[in-house]
Amino acid sequence: MNIESVNENTCIVYFGDQIGDESARLVKLATESIRRSMADVVIDLVPSYTSVLVSYDLERIDRLGVARRLRVAAEQVEDGANTGDTSRTVELPVYYGSEVGLDLDAVCDFSGLSAEEVIDIHSRQSYQVYAIGFAPGFAYLGSTDKRIAIPRKSTPRLKVPTGSVGIAGTQTAIYPSTTPGGWQIIGRTPQKMIDWDSESLALVQVGDQVRFRPIDRQEFLDLGGSLDES
Amino acid sequence: MSLEVVDAGMLALIQDTGRYGYQHIGVTTGGPMDEHAFLWANRLLNNELNAPQVEITFGKFSLLAHDDTWIAITGADLGARINDRAILPWQTHQVSRGDRIDFTAPVTGLRAYLAVSGGFRPALKLGSCATVTREGLGGLHGHGAKLARGDQLEFKPPEKVAKASVPQNEVPDYRQPLCLGVIPGYQYPHFSAVERMKFFSCDYEVSQNIDRMGYRLSGEAIHSDLSGIVSEGIAYGAIQVPSDGQPIVLMKDRQTIGGYPKIGCLSALDAGQLAQRGPGASVSFYLSDVADSEASRMLFNRRLQKGAAGISRN
Repeated sequence: MNIESVNENTCIVYFGDQIGDESARLVKLATESIRRSMADVVIDLVPSYTSVLVSYDLERIDRLGVARRLRVAAEQVEDGANTGDTSRTVELPVYYGSEVGLDLDAVCDFSGLSAEEVIDIHSRQSYQVYAIGFAPGFAYLGSTDKRIAIPRKSTPRLKVPTGSVGIAGTQTAIYPSTTPGGWQIIGRTPQKMIDWDSESLALVQVGDQVRFRPIDRQEFLDLGGSLDES
Repeated sequence: MSLEVVDAGMLALIQDTGRYGYQHIGVTTGGPMDEHAFLWANRLLNNELNAPQVEITFGKFSLLAHDDTWIAITGADLGARINDRAILPWQTHQVSRGDRIDFTAPVTGLRAYLAVSGGFRPALKLGSCATVTREGLGGLHGHGAKLARGDQLEFKPPEKVAKASVPQNEVPDYRQPLCLGVIPGYQYPHFSAVERMKFFSCDYEVSQNIDRMGYRLSGEAIHSDLSGIVSEGIAYGAIQVPSDGQPIVLMKDRQTIGGYPKIGCLSALDAGQLAQRGPGASVSFYLSDVADSEASRMLFNRRLQKGAAGISRN
């Protein structure tokens, strides 16, 4: 673990330098521990693949005090490492039809696999939520099977429809709202990823597991899915 | 009781100090681009420091007072007038029912703050009214919209306000060339001595590409030995250096995480001074450290608490 000052009321804690399950696990546990034990001084936390950015109230604590308490919070993570895995698995229904899987053909061409094989490979495993960012509720999930890893589109779409499920490299993600974006879209979920009126706001959190369940067109529509292009 | 927007101008946004506690799900903080000016406006009226205000970018914004109250204007001099009489920023002004408040065109700086006694009373979204248009959050009605003609900015009856002005030594001259302290951190060790020297000795220019998300600067290109990094949280004022070598300073509506190498970070007060500069302004950097930035902020907070001529203490 390495703590570095960023500015007068922010520091960043690194738990490694490689994307992977071990860093993700430490980030998740440390975020929970910091949230629990430092609520009196912490203003905001940004967990990501290997790090947590911590903003604090300078009127209550300075950089030295924060570093001291962050070390204690991280030690609790080490101690509590054997207390069992607290991560949840969130299952997301996905309609992989070509009318919403806008780049499914491109993924097939690139990988040399059939659509059925791509869908099977994408939905067979579960994924770790490594980071949330880019837009509210946009969760970076990893890692996909290398056979379906495909680079981002060279020209991003101006509008990726809400609920679109995409692949970029060995990562996969769901667009929580309609935004520009360059991920290769293979399907769409009817599930709301962010809901400003709900208690939890975002459906998934860093550290959760996500699994995709293929559904057909009718179930997609029954679950409230939209076939709109924007 | 309210002020009515009769001309929305280019960009007028409701802001409080920002939306905190939601960055872990990708929600940015928003908030005033220039904290120094924002906080003084509330202080002048003896408001809570977080009280909602209007951030006016570039001018051409007009209000009609439907009731009597006190206002404070700070930040940029955008040629403000009450009933066609020029008024100065960095002080309080009494307005009466039927008065018209106009911001015309920038004289110095880019962003003015208009506070009302007791603060405006917009809808809150996730605990804040900070307007982030990209996310559809905040603003008068909570949906991220900028202010529009016909909007009614409501406020409570004013409390014991007096004529007050910010001490002269607290009033910045936004026409001066800026030299900003950089706190090394993030990927600083990945910039070689030569690259650092270029960065700290060159004058950069504020480009045309500036908005509430980031300020793109142009000047001598600098490079790190990294092509990219594992995406990580980005603080207000962080200086990203993409592969073209031209620095981008990240501002209040920045995305929460990003993967470009960063040479360091500005303090919030320094980033706020940058936010008052428009395209063509000159910016340079010096190597600072976190202890200095911490001390400067604490001193600013004390001066703010102490107040100014005419302001009662909290």
